[in-house]
Amino acid sequence: MMQPLVMRLRRFAVRLWEHKRLDWPLMSALMLLAGVGLITLYSAGDESMRLVVNQALRFLLGGALLLLISRISPRDLRTWTPWLYSFSVLLLVIVAIVGEGRGAYRWLDLGVVRFQPSELLKLTTPMMVAWYLHPRHLPPSWKHILGAAVLIGVPAGLIAEQPDLGTALLVGAAGTFVLFLSGMGWRRILFLLGLVLLAAPAAWPFLHDYQRQRVLTMLNPESDPLGAGWHIIQSKIAVGSGGFFGKGWQHGTQSHLEFLPEHTTDFVFAVFGEEFGLFGVLLLLGLYLFIVGRSLWIAAQARETYARLLAGSIGLSFFVYVVVNGGMITGLLPVVGVPLPLISYGGTSAVSLLAGFGVLMSIHAHRKMLK
Amino acid sequence: MALKSTRIKNEQLEAHLFRVRALTGFVLVAFALLVLAGRFFWLQIVQHDEYATRSTQNRVHLRRLPPPRGLIYDRNGVLLADNVPAFRLDVVPERVENMDEMLDQLGMIIPLSDQDIKDFRRSLKQHRAFQSVPLKLRLNEDEIDRFAINRWRFPGVDVVPYLSRNYPQGALFAHVVGHVGRISAEELKHVDPDRYDGTTHIGKTGIERYYESQLHGEPGYEVVEVNADQRVQRVLQTHPPVPGESLYLSIDARLQKAAYQAFQGQAGSAVAIDPRNGQVLAMVSVPSFDPNLFVGGISSTDYTQLLKDPEKPLLDRAIRGGYPPGSTVKPFIGLGGLELDFRKPSDTVMSTGVFYIPGQVRGYRDDQRNGAGRVDLVQAIEQSVNTYFYKLVYDMGIDKLSTWMAQFGFGKPTGIDLPGEAAGVLPSREWKRIHRNQPWFIGETVISGIGQGYWVVTPVQLASALATLADGGVPHRPHLLIATRKGIDGKRTPVKPPAPGKPIAHDPKDWQVVRQGMIAVVNGDKGTARGLGDGFPYVIAGKTGTAERYSRTTNAYEDRTNLEALARRHRALFEGYTPASDPRIAVAVVVEHGAWGGSVAAPIARKIFDAWLAEQPPGSLPPPTVPKKPDAASGGTP
Repeated sequence: MMQPLVMRLRRFAVRLWEHKRLDWPLMSALMLLAGVGLITLYSAGDESMRLVVNQALRFLLGGALLLLISRISPRDLRTWTPWLYSFSVLLLVIVAIVGEGRGAYRWLDLGVVRFQPSELLKLTTPMMVAWYLHPRHLPPSWKHILGAAVLIGVPAGLIAEQPDLGTALLVGAAGTFVLFLSGMGWRRILFLLGLVLLAAPAAWPFLHDYQRQRVLTMLNPESDPLGAGWHIIQSKIAVGSGGFFGKGWQHGTQSHLEFLPEHTTDFVFAVFGEEFGLFGVLLLLGLYLFIVGRSLWIAAQARETYARLLAGSIGLSFFVYVVVNGGMITGLLPVVGVPLPLISYGGTSAVSLLAGFGVLMSIHAHRKMLK
Repeated sequence: MALKSTRIKNEQLEAHLFRVRALTGFVLVAFALLVLAGRFFWLQIVQHDEYATRSTQNRVHLRRLPPPRGLIYDRNGVLLADNVPAFRLDVVPERVENMDEMLDQLGMIIPLSDQDIKDFRRSLKQHRAFQSVPLKLRLNEDEIDRFAINRWRFPGVDVVPYLSRNYPQGALFAHVVGHVGRISAEELKHVDPDRYDGTTHIGKTGIERYYESQLHGEPGYEVVEVNADQRVQRVLQTHPPVPGESLYLSIDARLQKAAYQAFQGQAGSAVAIDPRNGQVLAMVSVPSFDPNLFVGGISSTDYTQLLKDPEKPLLDRAIRGGYPPGSTVKPFIGLGGLELDFRKPSDTVMSTGVFYIPGQVRGYRDDQRNGAGRVDLVQAIEQSVNTYFYKLVYDMGIDKLSTWMAQFGFGKPTGIDLPGEAAGVLPSREWKRIHRNQPWFIGETVISGIGQGYWVVTPVQLASALATLADGGVPHRPHLLIATRKGIDGKRTPVKPPAPGKPIAHDPKDWQVVRQGMIAVVNGDKGTARGLGDGFPYVIAGKTGTAERYSRTTNAYEDRTNLEALARRHRALFEGYTPASDPRIAVAVVVEHGAWGGSVAAPIARKIFDAWLAEQPPGSLPPPTVPKKPDAASGGTP
C-alpha cells in the first residue's frame, strides 16, 4: 500500500530538482516585466520604497509558486482539476454567503492572508473546461459547448454578483478561450457572439448603478469632469501629455500632484505612459505581445489536448488584461477593475498570474514526457 | 475499437486545429494590441499639444499677490497705520462638497462667529470661480495649530498668511485716519477687479478711504505649481507687487493726543489748523472708538454697542457734527459791517438788555440782564454784546450777510481731504426757500447775527473760517496730506498744497479792529474768556460761543449757577488763534454739553495751544510777547 505512494513521492522530488524545467525566453520576459513594474511603481507611489518592497515580496512569492507548479506534471494537474474547481467554486459560495448584504464583498480572511477566491477561478475555470473537453471529440458539439458554458457561467456569474465585473470578465474570457482553441466552429462562434450582442441591451437593467455610470462616463467623460469623468479625463491628460518620449521617470506631474487617482493600481499604465511616452508604451506592448506569443508557442508544443488548451487559454487571458486595462486608461473601454499585469500594485493578481505561468512552465517542461 | 481509432486520428487533427486557432488567436491579439497602440499614438502624438496644455493648466496656476498697503504717518513720522503679519482661513468654494457641513465641522475646531459666517456667505455670492474667499481673519496660534492637524478633513480650506492693518494709536485717530474693512459687494463694483484680486480689505472711512487708490498699490502675481487639492507645491515664478504709497499727514500726534485728552471724555470736537497754509494740526472727535475692531471683522455685539451709544462714538464730529455757532460768528459779522461800510470802528450801540425790531413787540435779549451800556465793535466782541450785532445785521440785511459770510466757507464743505464732510447751513433767503419753502422773515436775520436760528457749522468749517480770518483773508483749503513716500525705502516727497482761494477784499485796518476785539476776549478785563492767556508767552485772540440747542420757552434769564441744567441746553464753543500778531495755529472747539463757551470750551483750546507751543522748535517763533494783565494786550478795552 505504502510502496507506490513513496515511489511517487520520490519521483516527484526528483522531477522537482531536475534541470531545464523552465522556458528561459518566457522567464526572462516575465522578469523584465516585473522589473519594469517595480521601477514604474517606485515613481507612481511617490518614491515610496514600501510599495516597491511589498510588491517585490509578492513577486518572490509568485515566483516560488511558479517554480513549484512548474514541477507538477500536467497529468497530475488534470487529475486534480475537478477537485480544484469544485473547491474554488465552494469558496466563492462561502464568500457570497458571508458577505450577504455588505455591498461588495470579495475577500476571504484567513487570518494570516486575505485573498480573493475569485482569483483562483481565473486558473481553475480554464482548467475545468479543458478537463471537460479533453476526452471529447473536437471540435466540440453543441452539447459540449453548452456543458462548457455552464462550467464557465457558474463562477463568472457568482463573481459578477459580488460585484466584480472585471474579474468576472477575465474568468469568463479564460474559459471561453479554451472553447475557442478547441476548434469550436466559426459559425457557432459568430452565432453566439451575435446572441451576446443582442442580449447586451437586455442586461442593462441588471447592472448596478455605478456600473451603468461607468459606461455612460466612458461615452462622455466631459459630462461630469469633477465627478465620474475625473478618472478618465485625468488619465487621458496623463497619457496625452507624455508625448513621444514622456516626461521622464519620476517627473509625471499628473501622478505626483495627485491629479490621477489610483495611480499605483488600476491607473498605473497612465503613469507609465506619462513618464515614458509612446516610445515606452510601444516597448511595453511589444513585451506583452512577446509573452502572449511565447505562451501560445509553448501551448502548440504540447502533445496533449488538456495541456494545450490550458496553456493557450492562459496566454490569451494574459492579453485580455493588457487590452482591457489599456483600453480603460485611454478611454476606449469603461472603467473596470482590471490591473495591468505585473505592473499594477496589488497582491493577489500578481501571485495568480505567476501561478498561471507556473502551469505554462510545467506544460513546457513535460512536453515530451506525455504520451 | 472503431471509436478508439477515430480518437487517435483526431489527436493529430486536434493538434493541427489547435495550431491554426493559436495562430488566429495570436493574430487577433496582435491586432488588438495594434489598435491599442494606435490609441496611444492618437493621444500621445496627434492630441499631445492639447493634453500637454491641459496638464499644465492642471498644475500651474497664477496666484495674485495683493500689494502691501501704504503706511500712514503723522507729520513727524509717528506711525498711525501699519501692517502686521497675520493668518486667515481661506476657502475655495468649488473644492467644498457640502458647505454647511464643512462650516459645522470647522466650527468645532476653530470658533466661527455668526458675523464671520454672515460675511463669508455674503462674499460667497460675489466671488469669482476658483478664487478663495476669506472665512476668518486674524487666527491665533492655537487655531492655526488645530487646523493644521485637521487640514486633511477640509479640502478647499487653507490657512493663508496676509498683512493685517493695525492702528497703533487706537481711538486717537479713529476718525481722521479711519479704518479698513472687508470689501463689500457694493464696493467691489466700483473698483478694478484685477487690482483688487486677492485683496480682502479696503478703506472704509477717513484717510484710508479718501486716499484708497494711493494706499492700495499694484498687485503682483506668482506662478505656482499646485496639486489636485489646489495646495501649492512650489513657486515657479514671482512678479512682486508694488506696495501702496505711504502717506504723511499734517497732524501732530502729540497735539492730537493733548486735544483728545483735554476733553476728558466730554462729547465734542476740536480742529486745529495752521492759518498760513491750511494744514490740519489736530482733529479730534470725542468720544471715539478702537478702529482695530473693524479690521478683523467687528462682532455684532461690539458693533451694536457702538451704534446704540447715545454719545455716537462712530460719528466724526469734526467734519459731520453740525452745531449752531452762536457768538463765534460775531467777529466775522463785525468785520463785514466795517468792510461793507455799515459801521465805522468808532460807531457805538446802546445795549439795554433787549433789542426790538422797529414796529415789532418781540424782544431780542442780551446776555446781561440790563445790557452792557454803550459799546463799540471791540467791546461788543470782547463782551459778546448781542444788541450790537442784532442792530448791525438788521441794517445789513440777510442777503449781504450771507454773501459776506459765504466767503469764509460757511454753508459749504471746506473740501478737506476726508470723505463725507457735511455742508452746514449758512442762513439765506435761498436756503430757506429750497429747504423750508418759506419766505424770509426779518426776525430770522436778527438772530442770525448771533449765530442762532438756521445756522449750522461743523468744527472744521469754523476752524477753517477762523484760519482765514487770522491769516488776513486768504482762504486755504484745510488738508491733511502733506507728503507721500513710494515703497519701503523711498524718499518722503512733499505733496503740493491746494492753491489758496481768492483773497477776501479788505482794508487791513478793519481786520486790525476785529483782531483787537478778539484779543480783548482773552485779555480784556471784561473779556468772556479772560484769564485764558495767563502764563502763555504769546497773545491769544479768540471768541467764545454759547449756543442754545433749543429755542427759549420763557423770557426768564438763566440762573447762572445751575451749570448742569445749562449744560443740557447749551453747546459751548471757542475759537482762537495765536500768536495774535503772526498766527500759527487756529483752533475751533465745540463741547456738546458745555454750559458756557468761556469756561468749558476755551480751556480745551488753551491746552491745545500749550501742547502746540511745546512742539515748536526753538527759533521758529518770534520772541515771546508776554502780555501783562490787563492793559498789556495790544489794543485792549479802553
